[in-house]
Amino acid sequence: MRKVVNLVLLMIASVTSYAQANVLPAKAQKGVMYVKNATIHVGNGTVIENGTIVVRDGKIEKVGKDIVIPADAADVVDANGKQVYPGLILPVSTLGLVEISSIRASNDSREIGDLNPNVRSIVAYNTDSKVINTLRSNGILAANIVPQGNFLAGSSSVVQLDAWNWQDASLKTDGGMHLFMPSLMPRPSFGRGGGGGRGAGGPNAGPESDPVKEGLQQLEKLKEFFREAKAYLAAPSHEEVNLKFDAVKELLAKKQKFYVHANTVKQMLVALDFVKEFGFDLVIVGASESWQIADLLKQHNVSVVLQQMHSLPTTTDDDVDQPYKTAAILQKAGVVFAISDDDSQTRGRNLAFNAGTAVTYGLDKEQALAAITLNAAKVMGVADKTGSIEAGKEANFVISSGDILDMSTSNVTDAFIQGRKVNLDDKQKQLNNRYEEKFELKQKKGF
Amino acid sequence: MRKLKRLAGSVMGLLFTAAAFSQPTFPENGVADPRHGHYAFTHATLVKDASTTLSDATLIIKDGRIVAAGAGLAVPAGAVEVDCRGKFIYPSFIDIYTDYGAPQPQRAVTAGAGGFFAQQQFDNAVKGPFGWNQAIKSDVDVYKVFGVNDAAAKSLREAGFGAVLTHVKDGVARGTGAVVSLATAKENLVIIKEKASAHYSFNKGTSTQSYPGSMMGYISLLRQTFLDAAWYKNRPYQEGFNATLQSWLDNQSLPQIMEANDKWNDLRADRIGDEFGVQYIIKAGQNEYQRIKDMKATNATFILPLNFPQAQDVEDPNEARMVSLEDMKHWELAPTNAAAFEKAGIPFCLTTADLRSTTAFWSSLRKAMEYGLTEAKAMEALTKTPAQVLGIYDKVGSLDAGKLANFLVTNGPVFSEKTAILYNYVQGIKYNVKDDSNIAGTYNLTINTPGGKEQYTLDVKSTSTATMWGKDTLNSKFSYDGKQVKLSFAAMPRRQRPAMPAGDSTMRRPGGGGFGGRGGAPDIALPATATRLGGMSNGTEWNGTGVDSLGNQLTWTAVFVKAAEVKSDSVRKKEAPVLGKVTFPFLPFGWAEENQPKQETLLIKNATVWTSEKEGVLSNTDVLVKNGKIAAIGKNLTDPAARVIDGTGKHVSPGIIDEHSHIAAASINEGAQSVTSEVRIGDNLNPDDINIYRQLSGGVTSSQILHGSANVIGGQSQLIKLRWGSNDADLKFKGADGFIKFALGENVKRSASTQGNNRYPDTRMGVEQVLIDAFTRAKDYKKEWETYNQAVAQLQKAKKPLTGLVAPRRDLELEALVEIMDRKRFITCHSYVQSEITGLIEVADKMGFKVNTFTHILEGYKVADKMLKHGANASTFSDWWAYKMEVEDAIPYNAAIMHKVGLNVAINSDDAEMARRLNQEAAKTMKYGGLSKEEALALVTINPAKMLHVDGQTGSLKVGKDADLVIWSDSPLSIYAKSLFTIVDGTVYFDRQKDEQLQQDVQAERARLVKKMNGEKRSGAPVIPAMPSYQLMHSCSDHGHSHGLLVVDAEQ
Repeated sequence: MRKVVNLVLLMIASVTSYAQANVLPAKAQKGVMYVKNATIHVGNGTVIENGTIVVRDGKIEKVGKDIVIPADAADVVDANGKQVYPGLILPVSTLGLVEISSIRASNDSREIGDLNPNVRSIVAYNTDSKVINTLRSNGILAANIVPQGNFLAGSSSVVQLDAWNWQDASLKTDGGMHLFMPSLMPRPSFGRGGGGGRGAGGPNAGPESDPVKEGLQQLEKLKEFFREAKAYLAAPSHEEVNLKFDAVKELLAKKQKFYVHANTVKQMLVALDFVKEFGFDLVIVGASESWQIADLLKQHNVSVVLQQMHSLPTTTDDDVDQPYKTAAILQKAGVVFAISDDDSQTRGRNLAFNAGTAVTYGLDKEQALAAITLNAAKVMGVADKTGSIEAGKEANFVISSGDILDMSTSNVTDAFIQGRKVNLDDKQKQLNNRYEEKFELKQKKGF
Repeated sequence: MRKLKRLAGSVMGLLFTAAAFSQPTFPENGVADPRHGHYAFTHATLVKDASTTLSDATLIIKDGRIVAAGAGLAVPAGAVEVDCRGKFIYPSFIDIYTDYGAPQPQRAVTAGAGGFFAQQQFDNAVKGPFGWNQAIKSDVDVYKVFGVNDAAAKSLREAGFGAVLTHVKDGVARGTGAVVSLATAKENLVIIKEKASAHYSFNKGTSTQSYPGSMMGYISLLRQTFLDAAWYKNRPYQEGFNATLQSWLDNQSLPQIMEANDKWNDLRADRIGDEFGVQYIIKAGQNEYQRIKDMKATNATFILPLNFPQAQDVEDPNEARMVSLEDMKHWELAPTNAAAFEKAGIPFCLTTADLRSTTAFWSSLRKAMEYGLTEAKAMEALTKTPAQVLGIYDKVGSLDAGKLANFLVTNGPVFSEKTAILYNYVQGIKYNVKDDSNIAGTYNLTINTPGGKEQYTLDVKSTSTATMWGKDTLNSKFSYDGKQVKLSFAAMPRRQRPAMPAGDSTMRRPGGGGFGGRGGAPDIALPATATRLGGMSNGTEWNGTGVDSLGNQLTWTAVFVKAAEVKSDSVRKKEAPVLGKVTFPFLPFGWAEENQPKQETLLIKNATVWTSEKEGVLSNTDVLVKNGKIAAIGKNLTDPAARVIDGTGKHVSPGIIDEHSHIAAASINEGAQSVTSEVRIGDNLNPDDINIYRQLSGGVTSSQILHGSANVIGGQSQLIKLRWGSNDADLKFKGADGFIKFALGENVKRSASTQGNNRYPDTRMGVEQVLIDAFTRAKDYKKEWETYNQAVAQLQKAKKPLTGLVAPRRDLELEALVEIMDRKRFITCHSYVQSEITGLIEVADKMGFKVNTFTHILEGYKVADKMLKHGANASTFSDWWAYKMEVEDAIPYNAAIMHKVGLNVAINSDDAEMARRLNQEAAKTMKYGGLSKEEALALVTINPAKMLHVDGQTGSLKVGKDADLVIWSDSPLSIYAKSLFTIVDGTVYFDRQKDEQLQQDVQAERARLVKKMNGEKRSGAPVIPAMPSYQLMHSCSDHGHSHGLLVVDAEQ
């Protein structure tokens, strides 16, 4: 037994010591900093060639073409020949909640129970996760940290990715409440043993129960919960405190976004109920089938997070590239949407390339960029602070020597969060250096 | 003994005529009653077999057998004559695929089997002198456990069957089947042939043993069992007595029947048979029409079930969306299966197997006929063919003298919609199926009441429907069961009385009886005061008693007056259904037979050509493709025969090669043991995988289909070319070296097991030992064979007989390892951390083998020098990490470091989605590690070709190589590039413009089928709720995948 305990302790010790001791959060930016000669991708669709950004005390003071930089300016970054982008935002992520997905001890994303409005992701967000630095290296400077679950999973918070602790990190605390929609789709039992391939269960095997009915009942109960919470919160006093009711106060006051994780048309349409009855500010997350109802989403002012662009089509009959084309369809319909990267093997680092794929299949580059910057900020309710390179916002931007949406050119050389110059070192670069040393590769170039 | 006799007697007593079969060895309790069941059926239309019909003929039977059948035969003395005027007599049908009277297999509840991480059972759990694998049950003989089952026999007889082949449907080898008649007599008498067949399947049934856990495992188990049995012939003392192998050998002389149930499984079954000189009779599924030419090529006789998919309720477009074109097309075309076999000239039998109920047999059979199966062929498939297949045509299958008296008496041609089977005689015993006494007609009913005679008219329509009237129409209920008559009636309530047109007997009168309310007549409940009559039919006169509403006792008589008018046969000839086309593959984007792409002469003009050769990237260059090869690369090429593709502004690259893929296979993991080198992916390719097409759209032309990572020594790999539309054999990359999958680390030690692991190894220490042990055994095995072969050679040289020399047992698991040591098979090893990589290299050096490729190899950068020294290649992911402990130190610079150290490096997918963006994955090495664009592209073209030993054929653009290439809209390393054409062997398998047309075709075909299904629903046919078409997808079981709503991981 002692052995087991030791083993567990050892495991915890080894996987929780995430921090890279030598990569420190940057100190606050004081005074004025200039970025000059830059191709500035503002994030709102416009591009300023040969522009200048003026940053004062962590905020963008001015952006434009004809800004004169005093000769004695001490802090000037020359971005000649480079591209400047708003810091990229990962709209839906378990960053800092999950270190290694297969190691239970390193996993803090999913609480027990179906009705967890009181659960808050921010308190488990680990600013020392080694994954964070690898995202910064690809230009991602903020993320929405989302609790997982089977139904009402709790609230998410938006964090910036250069902080000592979660309180420092938080850009918007408890900004969204997350509902994982029941499947609403029948599923046959897939028989085991023999046969192989399809067939055994077959399309005629029949569902084990009626998930549509069950799901709708569950949703009806949730509405009852919200109704009761509303009445409870409207009452001047209570016999006893109900933490779950208290936890949806902001949501009912429309100060919190309502994220519904849904993919099928039925799931998305059912979610509209929450707009109609409670007036929630609805965001559909996942939305792989949203291309079929883009006009309805627009009509009801629903915004969308495309969780995984790099995905196979839903049905065998779909256009082979359907998932790649969905973004352009939403854009055309005028839906506000963000692109996310939910890949559990790369942990979000390919966010920009998901947007790049959307360009290949119909978006223009600045629209695609907006989907991972300004529109993402809008969807998450932080557009007043970040998401674009505009005066008044936090100085969150990245500099890349090439097109950040294309992996063959993307190369982030600098990143600034609140004007602070972020240390772009990460564990992987360190290991790279270590073995380049071992094999004396620094001198060698290709073959 | 006495007791037994009485039991038998009680059954026979019921049968009465069965007295003909009294068994001499059974003592009689009572007075002997010998009889012979001697009957002559005269004036019948005698269908002796599918091609011989005699009219006004006679069939004579005696002692359960046919004595004579023919026209103009005299009724012999002692025979009872049965006048069969207007009747037809057919041989009773034979169902060759049943478990009639066999015990239902029961599965013991254990923790074993199922699930990638489930606890495992390694040995046969059944006690006894049996073989090692619980699924090989060749020792089972159904005749020993067979018991007559009255209810099952009755339903089969009513469907027209007189004899069946039965077996215990359990296991991969199922022992022997027996032909039995469907008479309800003592088992001794109904068994026609006690060992008529041997049965096999790809389903382990009740076996709780973990192995096999995959399609390729089933095939390997069969293959090894063939070899073991051959070896066992000499009764090697080491094996002791092995009842399983002995029975396997004994059963080989019988007809061999393999339940395959699916078109590809049919081919797999046939191939394993071919390997050992066995021609299986194949129990098919419903989808063979999709590959009928391949079916023909098996030379097998097939057993076809008639269960067709039901229409689904696709009214709701959201639900319809999730029902695949494939499922809808199959719904439409499945009933053509038998017709397709007939048209192709493939012999087949029909069976009731797989039907929801035997009663569905006739509707299904008629549907098959409506879809093109001819009557003659159906007759043959139900009589002669099964009898011949089983070698019992001398006993059943036609109406010829000497055969069993198994025949049907019908009131018309048997396949006609209006015809009913009246009797099914089995071994001369008469079984009523449908009463033929046509009682329909008008009867004068006289009721003797205390107040005198009352006269009524009874218009009988059927055995349950009659209308009755006296002065007024009465409300009545009627039933007739062949003998007993029941009738009750009461005055009809005033308001319901219709005007009575006199004398119109054909008119349906309201209030006419009919318990089912048939024909829309209101089913009015009779009051409790109704007059009730009951009696017996004595032919054309019925007599009985009754009670009226006041309780008075009555008697009554009904006398037949005239028969009902027979309506002319108004069966409309059903129009041949309008059907969609079979496509290759039977999936969206499949080709109709006439549109299948062909090898072309192609001239790509003025493109940027990425050669992946030392020439590098050539601008404004032409590529000529001819006869499937690259014929020329250069400027200003011409070929008058060529189709010219303008390559201006476009890029041409070699086809992408995915070194690590799990698509296009029926199974990927055989994880039941730590060493499964005997299983072969190539045994179970599945060309019906939409991901072939999807990956062509991403420029992939070749993929190595690897076994999963469930065990240390996994199965043999299969290199394929993505020839969309071909069959399984033609998917294979011809002439390529054989590879095999090894795996190390977390997966093979089953770290993620939620139930605890009971399979050795549980640590990386154990992994090393598994490897050493396996190769040690393989070495000994090799030596054993060498010794034997030397001895053989010496004896042969000395011209001495080989007697006394026993060949060692062939062990396919070890043979594969010997191939590795002999450099005839090459290892691809799933591996992550540096300790295990170094460990394997050391084992390999020690045991004398090479590791050809380390795959995944995310810590390869730490030991790249050691891998180089060993001579290994490396195939890795671009940027994966942090999904499990052993990838904590994975870095995206891995490929670049290994490349710079000098290793031959590839980037692979291991993921059906990422495979179509492999060019982009390669491009990441420019970002992480600063490789040049040429170096980056080489990672997915020439480098994997080298590590797969096919760089002589593919992987670069070089004159003489296979024309496997892609035309891109942009630099192949750019995220903005789309493949415009993907060409394999000079055949354009993906054409982005054509793809748009195909998409429209898919939508149009979907729309047609949805409409048709909805039409089916509106016409009142039963429909089932729409069921989303989920796709089982196989994977390494190593990591998560984003494959959408309808994909189900096959391992979970």
